[in-house]
Amino acid sequence: MSEPSEGDGERAALATGILAGAEGHEALLRSIVEVARSIFEAKAASVMLFDAEADELVFEAVVGEGEDTLVGQRIPSDTGIAGFVLASGEPLVIEDVNTDPRFARDVAERSGYVPNGLMVVPLMRGEMAIGVLSVLDRPRERFSSAEMHLLAQFGTQAAIALDLLDRSRRAQGVLEGDEPDGGEDDELAGLARALGQIEDPGRRRAALDLVDGLVTLLGELQGPPTIRFRER
Amino acid sequence: MEDGEADGTEATEPLPAWSLDDPGRVASGPLPDWPIAIDREWAWGSSTGRGVRVCIVDSGVDGGHPLVGGVADALTVSVDPEGFADVSTDTEGDVSGHGTACASVIRSIAPDCEITSMRVLTRGKKGSRGMGVDLLAGIAWAAREGFELINLSLATTRRRFLESLYETVDAAYFKRTMIVASANNMPHPGYPWRFSSVISVASHEGTDPLQFFWNPRPPVEAFAPGLDVEVGWLGGETIRASGNSFATPHITGIAALILSKHPGLTPYELKTIMRATASVPATTEAAA
Repeated sequence: MSEPSEGDGERAALATGILAGAEGHEALLRSIVEVARSIFEAKAASVMLFDAEADELVFEAVVGEGEDTLVGQRIPSDTGIAGFVLASGEPLVIEDVNTDPRFARDVAERSGYVPNGLMVVPLMRGEMAIGVLSVLDRPRERFSSAEMHLLAQFGTQAAIALDLLDRSRRAQGVLEGDEPDGGEDDELAGLARALGQIEDPGRRRAALDLVDGLVTLLGELQGPPTIRFRER
Repeated sequence: MEDGEADGTEATEPLPAWSLDDPGRVASGPLPDWPIAIDREWAWGSSTGRGVRVCIVDSGVDGGHPLVGGVADALTVSVDPEGFADVSTDTEGDVSGHGTACASVIRSIAPDCEITSMRVLTRGKKGSRGMGVDLLAGIAWAAREGFELINLSLATTRRRFLESLYETVDAAYFKRTMIVASANNMPHPGYPWRFSSVISVASHEGTDPLQFFWNPRPPVEAFAPGLDVEVGWLGGETIRASGNSFATPHITGIAALILSKHPGLTPYELKTIMRATASVPATTEAAA
């Protein structure tokens, strides 16, 4: 590193802001999980973020059973019900589970707590699931469509918080990363910096929507898939 | 088209989490000005689903589960980056329990239908990036094989697959393959359930497996029991599950009963019969 410059000062201020943002978003996420657990009178609730590179789910917020041990723990992204919900984008509510050895085994082994029932809802960013919200062991009563609506609403709310947290961390990572070397990553880093400098929440939301649109557009540049069957 | 949704894909209103909480707003009872009475006895009385081939495109099916009672075949499909699909015998079984649950519901309604499992969800790497090309390939294969019914308690949220899904699902429709697809429980778009060439299904709170309602305001067309449903699961277990995923196989099962008694119906004829035999809410239910 060379002499500190004015640019470094701005960068430090930006990094501090983003770091504070990440902490706030963690608190927001935890409070959503806490409210979900209270409303459903459940024994535990959690949010897991999908780490695409590692193909794993990471516990980001846990309230109730396992809250002291699970945060930061990772499970394979295809594990049990959470994995199904992540892949299918569909919420799933199952109860009276007793004997299935594959049922949330990894989670149970880490926390020492084996649930009898759980509700899992995907957390969507645009058209992709970025994580799941799980609510464990609500009181045994007949599940209602009102509860399904409520679960979906918590899913929407938790998805926003998880999305903000994830974006803050990524921005932080970019700022803490290497000096620009003129490669493709610099273009992306520039985009992240430009986003980070928009302070007005409304404009920031609009900018994030623009990025989502760009991601969708880039996906569509791949063109529609065609399927040809090999003869068996 | 007075209810809009002309192109079947673009919602102009926010998508609600679809389920039926008010049985008063359904289309039921005799078709208005229909010259011939269609009732359940004519539609599927004494039918067991025999002779009807159902493909469950899902997470695999445990054929050994007592509530499933065997499958005709268990297959899986994988698609390489060039778009070549390989269909092979499935040795993984059910990777989540979801497909077995669907099979157990279909079997409970149409005990003699023939069930084939096409697994499109995978264990391990690349299984978690959202439904897409494998789902498309699974549907395309089932349509090509001429199944009368495809149970699809799955959807993709990815618009990239829209065009290919359109072609595939329409091809199925023209080959008299009826796709019964579950609507999203969540307020985000999903495909192909929003297409008019499928029967889309959401949940009502009733417990009678043969109680289903028809919706005069699509895109969701049918409502079937989807809350607290007793279903087969992994390891021979029976659990209670909720979600439109479990409403869908009820409609598939009833469709199998109808197709068994009236082979060769086109998808629109089948839909018309289901509309005509849909349950009547509340006290007049007994007439249905």
